[in-house]
Amino acid sequence: MSEQTQSITIKERVQNFIEDFGLPRLIITGFLILLLIIAPFVGADLPTQISNIINRFSWNGILVLAMVPMVHSGCGLNFGLPLGIISGLLGATLSIELGFTGPFSFVMAALLATPFALVFGSVYGWLLNKIKGGEMMIATYVGFSSVSLMCMMWLLLPYHSPNMVWGMAGKGLRTTISLEGYYTQALANILQINIGNLSIPTGAILFFAILAFAMWAFLHTKTGTAMTAVGSNPDFARSAGINVDRIRLISVVMSTWLAAIGILVYEQGFGFVQLYMAPFYMALPAVSAILIGGATVNKATITNVIVGTILFQGIVTMTPTVMNNMIHLDMSEVIRIVVSNGMILYALTRKTEGTK
Amino acid sequence: MKKTSIRDLVTRFSVPLMFVLICAVCAPISGLSPTYLINEIVTRMGRNAFLILSLLIPIMAGMGLNFSMTLGAMAGEIGLILVCDWQIVGIPGMILAMIISVPISALLGLFCGKVLNMAKGREMITSYIISFFINGIYQLVVLYMMGPIIPIKHGSIKLPRGYGIRNTVSLLSMRQKLDNLIPLNIAGIKIPVATFIVVFILCIVIVRFRKTKLGQDMRAVGQDMEVARDAGIDVERTRIISMILSTVFAGIGMIIYLQNMGNIATYSSHSQIGMFCIAALLVGGASVDKASIGNVFLGIILFHTMFIVAPKAGTVITGDSMIGEYFRVFVSYAVITVALIMYETGKRRAKSREGQMLAQQQEVSDED
Repeated sequence: MSEQTQSITIKERVQNFIEDFGLPRLIITGFLILLLIIAPFVGADLPTQISNIINRFSWNGILVLAMVPMVHSGCGLNFGLPLGIISGLLGATLSIELGFTGPFSFVMAALLATPFALVFGSVYGWLLNKIKGGEMMIATYVGFSSVSLMCMMWLLLPYHSPNMVWGMAGKGLRTTISLEGYYTQALANILQINIGNLSIPTGAILFFAILAFAMWAFLHTKTGTAMTAVGSNPDFARSAGINVDRIRLISVVMSTWLAAIGILVYEQGFGFVQLYMAPFYMALPAVSAILIGGATVNKATITNVIVGTILFQGIVTMTPTVMNNMIHLDMSEVIRIVVSNGMILYALTRKTEGTK
Repeated sequence: MKKTSIRDLVTRFSVPLMFVLICAVCAPISGLSPTYLINEIVTRMGRNAFLILSLLIPIMAGMGLNFSMTLGAMAGEIGLILVCDWQIVGIPGMILAMIISVPISALLGLFCGKVLNMAKGREMITSYIISFFINGIYQLVVLYMMGPIIPIKHGSIKLPRGYGIRNTVSLLSMRQKLDNLIPLNIAGIKIPVATFIVVFILCIVIVRFRKTKLGQDMRAVGQDMEVARDAGIDVERTRIISMILSTVFAGIGMIIYLQNMGNIATYSSHSQIGMFCIAALLVGGASVDKASIGNVFLGIILFHTMFIVAPKAGTVITGDSMIGEYFRVFVSYAVITVALIMYETGKRRAKSREGQMLAQQQEVSDED
């Protein structure tokens, strides 16, 4: 009998899964699978492609993970991700400026970024508590303003390390700073697995796994449960004796800190620190990735993060190669814009309870 | 009607006041001559006024700042590209471009209005994402379809590979044709009379429009959607119409803007236009739910003075020309951020005041 009930629940689960999954997500998944099937026929090397996807997953995973706490506490999608990214960039540049080298500079960058992330996150969280209901729009513009303010700061702050400043003037940071000799591939090289063309950056994935597990564990603690309660029904949470503003503040600080760490992990994979206008649009890929993974404006899980990042990065890496090999026409940029923003639009237009 | 305290006045005009200060400090430092400055501002007034005026209607309908005015700008660009290819020059070319842009803008506005109706309460972020989404579609059309599907004959605007449009399309044949239609020069200041007449006509249209049945409906919808619905107004339809009007005006505005500039940056002209127009409107003292024609013109004067003066002043003070560039970008974003924050806090304060009033009333009725 227990077997029977189980089979029913599984069937129901599958049905629920498809319902939850939504049409756009199905199309995107189908598209990616199609790309993977076509790839070998048009002469793209499948193992290389797969290791590309895995690599890019390890770069971007934490930035997407940073969305989770704010969605849980009902602050919506964190379009203010650039603020956290800036904390990370400050940590990275300070770590280089202070003369740390090798993989150790990654640890120092993370440590130095933390206080910035905490301070910026607190101010940002305090602000978002003042404007409940309009978080997403204001978050977007807080991100933009902070990026453009920092554009001036990168020029004015007294950095001197010759590896970072403009050669001629001797001051003002360069737009891209190479991490060669610092923490490039710092995480990826730990326990890296190479099988032919397939290479897996085990360290970076493990790092993501640890943070993702910590996030999962946190969401099951008392504070974490309170966060979910605040997100699903703030009035109910308040009457249950939860300090709503405090919980929201914690979620924003967490999100900002994760963004700071996320950009450091991204840099160690990418090999460069990008300053000035680079963080400007970094929120959008992360937002659409988590939405593609099945999250909504007020509901997100770790699974959403993992599935979403793989799908999004899969499409981003696969389309150029496959398209190029197939029709000698690189439309990947257009496809990326349409898919990612279309996904955000879809999520925004869906009726959601609890948010207003 | 009501007494307005000085504090209220100061908070309402804090952004314009701040800008007057910035301009007053930066203008002398920059060392630009007053004639040059006035000339520039008059030119920019003609260039931008129509675009910024297109933002007023959605604000009236309570849909906030229309970040998707870029949609209209894209439609205008498509019109201009086609007219350029057909080699129709001067004013007739401009008018034809406008005629082409109107149906495209109307369609895009319809789409935008429908989507925004599905996302009530978060119109602004949604319209913002729509502008990105349609930008993708625009690239698809201009970069891939123009050539094979939409015939483009002229080599000068086509990419060397045979399809797609070049990064810049020259509008030499139309350059400042409208501005110079009725030439007028007062004390070395060139005044684009014809452009101002067009802008003036739009102002009158907007003022008149407010008094029509549709305009009144829009204001009712903007005040309170539920009350408007109870009063028998088709809320969804009204909101869609306001979006269509705004997009169509933005398309025409973009054509006026580009005829002044003299060339189209095919893939970037429109991307910044929304941000700068909205910032200028807010600098003029408008808020997310209230904006007048006066705000538009005050905004252009203050915002563009800052825009001209800041890079020069930045160079003089710090010796680095980039600082001023970044400064004006920062100020544009900061102004929008501050305006949005003020709007949201104001909305919350009004709500809590309503709640208190309700509580008081209930207390009174309990005592009875």
